Amino acid sequence: MISKLRRLAIENELLYLFLHNRLAQLATLIAVVMIGSASLANFIAPTDPYDLTSYELLDSLIPPSWADDGDSRFIIGTDDQGRDLLSAILYGARLSLTVGIMSIAFASILGVSVGLMAGYLGGRFDAVVMRIADVQLSLPAILTALLIDGVARGLLPQQRHDDLMIVVLTIAIGLSLWVNFARTARASTFVEKNKEYVQATEIMGMHPARIMLVQILPNIMGPIMVILTVDLAVAILLEATLSFLGVGVPANQPSLGTLIRIGTEYLFSGEWWIVAFPSLTLVLLIVSVNMLGDFLRDALNPKLR
Amino acid sequence: MLAVSLIAFTLFRFVGDPVAQMVGQETSLEDQARIRESMGLNDPITTQFAQFATNLATGNFGYSYRTRQPINEMILSRLPATLELGIVSLLISLLVGIPAGIYTALHRGGFIANSILVTTLIGISIPTFVIGIFLIFVFGVQLGWLPTFGRGDVVALGWWKTNFLSIDGLRSLLLPALTLGIYQLTLTMRLVRSEMQDVMKSDFIKFASARGINKRSIHFNHAFRNTLVPVITIIGLQFGGIIAFSIVTESVFQWPGLGLLFLDSIRYVDIPVMSVYLVLIALMFVLINLIIDLLYAVIDPRVRNRSAH
Repeated sequence: MISKLRRLAIENELLYLFLHNRLAQLATLIAVVMIGSASLANFIAPTDPYDLTSYELLDSLIPPSWADDGDSRFIIGTDDQGRDLLSAILYGARLSLTVGIMSIAFASILGVSVGLMAGYLGGRFDAVVMRIADVQLSLPAILTALLIDGVARGLLPQQRHDDLMIVVLTIAIGLSLWVNFARTARASTFVEKNKEYVQATEIMGMHPARIMLVQILPNIMGPIMVILTVDLAVAILLEATLSFLGVGVPANQPSLGTLIRIGTEYLFSGEWWIVAFPSLTLVLLIVSVNMLGDFLRDALNPKLR
Repeated sequence: MLAVSLIAFTLFRFVGDPVAQMVGQETSLEDQARIRESMGLNDPITTQFAQFATNLATGNFGYSYRTRQPINEMILSRLPATLELGIVSLLISLLVGIPAGIYTALHRGGFIANSILVTTLIGISIPTFVIGIFLIFVFGVQLGWLPTFGRGDVVALGWWKTNFLSIDGLRSLLLPALTLGIYQLTLTMRLVRSEMQDVMKSDFIKFASARGINKRSIHFNHAFRNTLVPVITIIGLQFGGIIAFSIVTESVFQWPGLGLLFLDSIRYVDIPVMSVYLVLIALMFVLINLIIDLLYAVIDPRVRNRSAH
């Protein structure tokens, strides 16, 4: 198995660099374990935190099992409602990851298609889109996301907030992150469109839409993959921040940010575990995704090799 | 600026019905129509926008839907808190970040330089609010050294309530400013470091050391002065970051500033407050960019000469 990998690695540069980078391997391991256990939350979590009958108020605020008055049923303790904290974290991480991945998917599809068109077609469309991008780039992503979130709250009827908040949140985060994708895609398209293979397909009379999707897109995937990874960390962070601020996911479906917000209320009375474990999970998740992003950036950047 | 006030106006005018939010359930339809007329909501949109813009320009921001207070009073009472917090954290970021950046650039691969770099790498990955909570836990709960919420004792200078003039106020300011400053600090440090490294590789530095000028003078008179232009740019960029993250920090520490006001306005769908905050932020961005462009001219003779032509 290992020798086979080695042989493959000689042919594939990315794999070669990966096998020689301990930090990237560690980050992948952490990320895979976390994403895996979060997506399997239904099966591996001891209890279901969304099921009101599964927990009792009597069990609330129990410290981790290794503490003196811990309970072996709850490995890392319970929260203020008596929910098993480990289960709550697993479900919370699943929600955080879902919102993060969905919003990045939204941002990348929007950004890449706009960037491709701006780069390939140029002209007025390019000028208008890039002006919008410049304006948005001067605002920090979190401010944009907060604004869109706030406006959506104003537009939607109050009683439907809980059902729609996750969708709104995904769109808000996605809209605040599309600029990076658009700029990267546009810059790479500029380089690619003057190459001979594109000119050849143009002479062959291929439809512009097809040229963009079939010819150019595969060739600009490298830099886009880097942005995808780096911005996934940003998206997870944005979701956590918005939920922490109380304008993110609805309260009956806590994400990591919501758990941290609930935990801070108990910080002063000494119940440290409610805030510590979700924070730790969040930081570990973001650090590992960030390290992967750094690795990809270095590996795919020919200048640094 | 105009674009932003247009967006703010659209927000103000079309999101929700102001009359429905102001009056109670019992108000009759005729009364509602009368209020609508008296507020000028039946005028053409262009007239309304002109009115909105004049109101903004003259500082008449209208009333909050939620508290029924005039918005300019609310803003004025909270502006000093945010400004003081922002200034102190900017100072922390620059006073620690620039020297640390220079140090790590000059002592590449040294033990201290490497440990500073690793620390900032961690600092960049930890969300602001987690840093804040961690600081509260260590200094507020465990050690009990510093207050963890609110502004503490403030001294009033006219309408401006300041934290700088009382011990308690300064102590309250410390943790939030640190929280807000740490992320900015890592950014400053990394940018100064890479700029400094670039400059140190350039020909004029090599020439200066060939002339036998002592190292200290090279580092500070030749190299550092040439990194100043990017540093000014950083300050401009950081300003945006500080505004955005002041919202988070103010929420963690219950600091009664503009960020908390904005957050409340989002939570309770208080559209007028939201749109005024938006316009205010845009105004600040424009002003800061203007100041930075002027500073370029002061620092870099090339910019000055170009404008003289």
